[in-house]
Amino acid sequence: MQNVRELMIKKAGEMLSSGEVYGVLAWERGDFACDQTPALFTSPESLSRLAYDEFTAPMLSKYLINEAKKPNEGKKVMVFLKPCDTYNFGHLLSEHKVERDRVYAVGVACSGIFSREKTLLEKCLACKGMEFHHCDEVIGGEGKITWDKLDRFAGVEMIESMTPSERFEFWRGELSRCIRCNACRNVCPVCSCVKCVFDNPGSGVMSKSNADEFEENMFHIIRAFHVAGRCTDCGECSRVCPRNIPLHLLNRKFIKDVNALFGPYQAGASLDDASPLTSYSVNDPEPGYKDKAKGGERVA
Amino acid sequence: MLKILMSDIGRLFERLSSVGTLYLPIEGGGQTAFAPWRAGADVQLDRVNTDLSVKGLFFPQTEDIAFFKREGKKISVLPSSDPDEPFAVFGVRACDVRGLEVLDKVFLDDPAHMDTFYKGRRENGALIALACSSPAETCFCGAFGVDLAEPSGDVAAWIVDNTLYWEAKTQRGERLTEAVRPVMAEQSGTSAVDASKKAARDALAAAPLASLKDSLSAWGANDMLTLFSSPLWANLSMSCVGCGTCTYVCPTCQCYDVQDFDTGHGVTRFRCWDSCMYSDFTLMASGNPRKTQLERFRQRFMHKLVYFPEKYGGMFSCTGCGRCLSKCPVSMNIAKVIKAVGGVENG
Repeated sequence: MQNVRELMIKKAGEMLSSGEVYGVLAWERGDFACDQTPALFTSPESLSRLAYDEFTAPMLSKYLINEAKKPNEGKKVMVFLKPCDTYNFGHLLSEHKVERDRVYAVGVACSGIFSREKTLLEKCLACKGMEFHHCDEVIGGEGKITWDKLDRFAGVEMIESMTPSERFEFWRGELSRCIRCNACRNVCPVCSCVKCVFDNPGSGVMSKSNADEFEENMFHIIRAFHVAGRCTDCGECSRVCPRNIPLHLLNRKFIKDVNALFGPYQAGASLDDASPLTSYSVNDPEPGYKDKAKGGERVA
Repeated sequence: MLKILMSDIGRLFERLSSVGTLYLPIEGGGQTAFAPWRAGADVQLDRVNTDLSVKGLFFPQTEDIAFFKREGKKISVLPSSDPDEPFAVFGVRACDVRGLEVLDKVFLDDPAHMDTFYKGRRENGALIALACSSPAETCFCGAFGVDLAEPSGDVAAWIVDNTLYWEAKTQRGERLTEAVRPVMAEQSGTSAVDASKKAARDALAAAPLASLKDSLSAWGANDMLTLFSSPLWANLSMSCVGCGTCTYVCPTCQCYDVQDFDTGHGVTRFRCWDSCMYSDFTLMASGNPRKTQLERFRQRFMHKLVYFPEKYGGMFSCTGCGRCLSKCPVSMNIAKVIKAVGGVENG
């Protein structure tokens, strides 16, 4: 990884010196191993502070929404993307949140991310793969998954096997810890509404806190529905939750269902394909209802 | 000084819970937070720090202020009653005790504007503070003059070699001591505790953020306008995602919003924690006075490190508990801000 970091600094320095990009979105080292912060580097000299190793956790693609809009004489911004973040980048491009020709995207090899406690993150255990998408170039090549991979949907299947009341209790228990800090929403590359309904005093559903104990449950359920079919499963929501709520399980349930109903689909992988939940064809499945003459019939 | 073997600690908890509800750092969902004790609970006294601070027991995240009831054309207002139930909190660290001292300034300092909800809980809640023996790498309470080995509170406690030592610090602490005396033994001499105190202070002095104190001299009420106008805020705030994690895990962040909840047959007026990081913070008819994340980010640190000391005799409203360091999604935190603006670069 040290070598990858040096190659990143070299490339970033060249791009800044030549004036091809106005800045480089990367990570800046901090006081400890695991407290690197996303930063915009604008001079070659500042790049000595660039960090990249197995503790480099935050994703950078969401910062492109703002950075790629800045005038800067039409110059591009350069960004480093981990393999899983390239799906987020693809998603942002497909929803026109980011203009492709304002970005110089560089994929960087990943070897898994470790927590402060020096354990591999869940999202890395369940890694979707090391290939890059939508990048202008790649540094360090495709990494290798050297650990025993976790079945991405094992957690979802465990919850599916519960009785409805067990499932209800499971989520009530997990979500009871929520403090409504909005970290899950704010780091999510898919949650990129200009004004979130929960921040809008005119929406009638805005709340900073839980007016009753069920309310934070609704926040997460609504959010999960809104990112359904768009979530790339980057796992940032669960990584940043200060209350250790396994939010990725909600999203993976939707991903699993979309895969089962519409065929395997990975949000952000392709820019051309209309997504299963935002396009219509007459052959679309209608889950939950059997084709009966009148009214249909609820199925499991 | 009294003592009890850690293997008998359940007996101490039983005695304490007879005085009122006893809150302890309890493990749940991979986290530690203050929760009511019951026999068999997974009590965590080794971990520094609890994931949430003790703040919420005195200043809950949501609390009802009043109820409005309409009958015909008549509206009756039913105020909430002030909290008066006795409780005790065991295992509060020195940084969190300082956090309450900060909140005392805000909620109790001005006799004309006393926060009666907070006051009720402070008067009825006993603090049994637990000294730290091994600080986390994110700890920097020493920078703010907090002594991790000698916490204030009604009672101070130390755990050394499987024994808990207990010393009353206030009158309320003395009363608690009488309640627990039957299950405790007398301890003469303080040498065991003294060695542990020294080890803890040495460990904090060797912690990664020990030098943060040097950067603090640039802060305080010295030169408000220079700090406010620093060009560094732009880069520091760039990574901030605008969530409220730092404010909600903070033992001193005290801003709240007042909102109404339509119950269908009346209105519940409640207050809830608010975050200066939010776009709708202090929203008014003319909009948000701080329109960009830079301004909102700056506000949080100016408040803790400049405005608060300016108003309260130099007291910073950061306690060095380190929660925001370990919880921020992008690891942008008060330690980095203190160093950057204080003129010392990050390690």
